Amino acid sequence: MLNTTYSDDVLTVYLNGEIDHNRAAGIRTSIDSQLNALRPKRLELDFSKVSFMDSSGIGLIMGRYRSIGLIGGELKVRNVPENLERIIELSGVRALGVLR
Amino acid sequence: MNTTNEMHLRFLSKSTNEGFARSVVAAFVLELDPTISELADIKTAVSEAVTNSIVHGYRRGSGTVYIDMKITDSRKVIIKVRDKGAGIEDVEQAMKPLFTTAREEERAGLGFAVMQSFMDNVRVSSTPGKGTVVTLEKQIVQLK
Repeated sequence: MLNTTYSDDVLTVYLNGEIDHNRAAGIRTSIDSQLNALRPKRLELDFSKVSFMDSSGIGLIMGRYRSIGLIGGELKVRNVPENLERIIELSGVRALGVLR
Repeated sequence: MNTTNEMHLRFLSKSTNEGFARSVVAAFVLELDPTISELADIKTAVSEAVTNSIVHGYRRGSGTVYIDMKITDSRKVIIKVRDKGAGIEDVEQAMKPLFTTAREEERAGLGFAVMQSFMDNVRVSSTPGKGTVVTLEKQIVQLK
């Protein structure tokens, strides 16, 4: 289960726990169905409660960058914990300009 | 360089076992008193290798994933993640960052790049139709 909030055309999703290949598919489906239902102008992914992430998390970010783009919105990735910074830097996600 | 401890693990290629596998490996490294960062590096690399076996090795069905792990007297951790799955036609291409054959599953193509960045040494040996062995090595620093 993911906590989400929606206000002023911003959908915020609070990710939590360990993000791996096993969990990524469910998170992707959940976020994309909300994107299609609400059509927000901005999707914010909050990583503050994420304890572990492998490259499946990178795929999840890049995929949501595409899905929000398809409905004309923008993506923001926020509160990335220090222990996830290396994988984020390695992935090139920074070049998308989504980190805050 | 002598082996001081070893461990062997085998499990079904179910994605629910990805977390299980990296947790077992991390628990086994604890005897070396690694830093949190070293432990996170190993967990991440193992997660990538095991996911590759499940997603690519056994993409046409299920099979067994094997982990053979050694700790040496020089505090080196050697982890082999093995499958008897499809194998890799072109290892060099598979290891290139952003290369993926599972775009629809949102695989980022970063598995090997992550393994190489987080471990000291990564070796891949694969035979199409026979399977793949990924060997991950990391030196655990002695804290004084």
